[in-house]
Amino acid sequence: MSRFTDIARVTAMRTCLSGCTALMFVVAPIAHAENTVTAQAAQWKGIGRPATPAEVRAWDIDVRPDFKGLPKGSGTVAHGQEIWESKCATCHGVFGEATNVFTPIAGGVHEDDIKSGHVAALKKPTEVRTTVMKLSHVSTLWDYIRRAMPWNAPRSLSPDDVYAVTAYVLNLGSILPDDFTLSDKNIAEVQARLPNRDGMTFGHGMWNVKGKPDVHNVACMKDCATEAKIASSLPEAARPAHGNLADQNRLIGPVRGVATIAQGAADKSTAGAAGGPAAAALAAGASTPGASTPGAAVQPLLTKGACLSCHQAESKLVGPAFKEIAAKYKADAKAPAMLAAKVKNGGAGNWGSVPMPPAAALNDEEIGKVVRWVLDGAPQ
Amino acid sequence: MQALTAHLGRLKRAPEGFLQPEQIRAVASGRRGFLRSAFAAAAGLGLAGAAAAQSAGEGEDVILKPQPWATTLGQPVASHPYGQPSQWEKNLVRRESPGLTRVSAASVAFSPLQGMFGIITASGLHFERHHQGWEDIDPSKHRLMVNGLVKQESVFTMDDLMRLPAVSRIHFIECGANTGMEWGNVAVPTVQYTHGMLSCSEFTGVRLIDVLDHLGYDRQKGRYVLAEGGDGSGMTRTIPMELVESGEVLLAYGMNGEMLRPENGYPLRLVVPGVQGVSWVKWLRRIEVGDMPYATKDETVHYVDLMPDGQLRQYTSIQEAKSVITTPSGGQMLLDKGFYNVSGIAWSGRGKIRRVDVSTDGGRNWRTARLETPVLSKALTRFNIDWTWDGTPAILQSRAMDETGYVQPKINQLRAVRGTRSIYHNNAIQSWKVAESGEVSNVQVY
Repeated sequence: MSRFTDIARVTAMRTCLSGCTALMFVVAPIAHAENTVTAQAAQWKGIGRPATPAEVRAWDIDVRPDFKGLPKGSGTVAHGQEIWESKCATCHGVFGEATNVFTPIAGGVHEDDIKSGHVAALKKPTEVRTTVMKLSHVSTLWDYIRRAMPWNAPRSLSPDDVYAVTAYVLNLGSILPDDFTLSDKNIAEVQARLPNRDGMTFGHGMWNVKGKPDVHNVACMKDCATEAKIASSLPEAARPAHGNLADQNRLIGPVRGVATIAQGAADKSTAGAAGGPAAAALAAGASTPGASTPGAAVQPLLTKGACLSCHQAESKLVGPAFKEIAAKYKADAKAPAMLAAKVKNGGAGNWGSVPMPPAAALNDEEIGKVVRWVLDGAPQ
Repeated sequence: MQALTAHLGRLKRAPEGFLQPEQIRAVASGRRGFLRSAFAAAAGLGLAGAAAAQSAGEGEDVILKPQPWATTLGQPVASHPYGQPSQWEKNLVRRESPGLTRVSAASVAFSPLQGMFGIITASGLHFERHHQGWEDIDPSKHRLMVNGLVKQESVFTMDDLMRLPAVSRIHFIECGANTGMEWGNVAVPTVQYTHGMLSCSEFTGVRLIDVLDHLGYDRQKGRYVLAEGGDGSGMTRTIPMELVESGEVLLAYGMNGEMLRPENGYPLRLVVPGVQGVSWVKWLRRIEVGDMPYATKDETVHYVDLMPDGQLRQYTSIQEAKSVITTPSGGQMLLDKGFYNVSGIAWSGRGKIRRVDVSTDGGRNWRTARLETPVLSKALTRFNIDWTWDGTPAILQSRAMDETGYVQPKINQLRAVRGTRSIYHNNAIQSWKVAESGEVSNVQVY
């Protein structure tokens, strides 16, 4: 994209801001397609009513890039800081830097950006994109604070408060000085200082339904060019991150969900027998706990008995956590036999209505080992 | 059991003598053992279960032995005045992606595409995306205001809107950030998380153009519409008037035969077919006709696509052609070698799906899938294709082509133009690796 194209677009946008419309969008009135239901104004008499001026004032609060809709008023950076620290900082951080709740507001802007109108850091493969880096219109910031902030009490700020908070955010963003007073009189000058005021483009095909796509593929059918290797697969560490996938799939049908438990590498022997790079990684992962621990010794049995589809060590899944079972029955001398019978034959009712199916794949000796391990507190 | 027998012995004539719900539940509670075997047969327990559930010799217990559901009285009508899915379907629910967002009121719940059929999303499984939580608005207090470049700025009640000529249309809605986690690399395990910000419903409502015509909008200057929500976020997006004039944009109150669910904008939302979900403003309270785009937060600061040259694409809207195989898909396990019906969905924001091709060898060779009817413009289209798995590793892909001739791209083709940081509008071909074990996982291949 040439610099000249950028300038042309920016010029078009400014032209648009000063009153001319729709230059870069190239849209024009068209005949109504499939417009078979023509509105019959006369027939609709009595449906809907005129809006009163007060009603329109109450709801029409949007502020456009040409500042149409902006109420008169003003606010200082200093007052903005007071509001910020009492109403905004809990989510956004005192300096607008917070990432605990929302993406950071301020930062990432260089003085040169204010001259160029384009935030240079957006070209770098940086992870963080702050609001001030992306902001192309000061009206957007004002409008959004007015309509939706603070998050838990939208529309509780007066227009003067909104000017003040807007000024403070731009001060945090190194765009306005500490002693600045933002008002409807000078907001256009502030717009002219916005670091990323020219950092946008409409030169894409995804605004208008007739826009031209920018990425092209061909529908090759035979012996198409591909790269043999897998470019990316799910990292092993991410495998349990979305919970147990066995519990996120239907219990019938052509497939089942894979058991991916949150603890350890328990069910991986299921996939470990497979070939291919992904399976090899899984197989490697399966050995990490080390076969010498009690947990590792019992893992193959838990897999064979499909126990891990419904149970995990620490917390309830479909069935109770192994540790919950241990806590409940530890002192009960009859528990080993009772639990072994439950595992062997299946059962329901002790922990909820979902029945446990019989562990048909395990013999009595294997069931005994599993039950002892569970009653020992399911050690790693 | 004794108490139950006592009750049974006192049965009166119908209708008073019908079993009480708790009695039926007692019968069905597993004391007679039927649920154990039923569960074992149903759950299958991977590769071993189905055989285990079968009695040796004569046949299956579920056939040879009387089953409670065939030998007892079932539950009465309207036991659930608003029906519920079967108790066996609890696994198919909307879910958040852990770590994606930090606050559940400004988050996403993904649709469980891995277990869905056809093209219509059950309303309870429609994906959720809220910016400031969801509300359940009293519809008698909801108003739609239309102002700006119209001859008569007006207010409509729901009573008004529901009197007007109505249309019902089936359209997909997809969040612009759907599949956004996968721009750089594989990040999530299942189709619920890769593609689940996608739903498709029959929407019923009034065409926005009819209302604007009625109010006398300025056809020359009024080239843009601002849509505004009535919730705390006051969500706003600019819609080009050209889209409204196509007759496709709806003021919708109905979804799949009932009113919109609260999470989907009850009692009124904008429907903007082919355009990303953020423009389908929920809890819609105001339409303003204007002569320029409004530069709202969610079209110029968020929902902007960052290009490698540092430019932010603003007002990105159209969802380009895309498809994904839902069965089998990531996080699933094939139960055996042999025949499978590979099934998936395709859609395009530019019109109808013309064709879907499927590859089982990572994109080297392709076969054309069957498109199931109906094939509708800007709606999900279901495709199916036969596949016999021989037990060797495979990589499944689907590739959609829409009626403009546009072909769904590969991820590396997208990256070559747009880099890896744009977050939005990742419509790449999805690859699912099938390992020898039968486990299906999310991978990317070029």
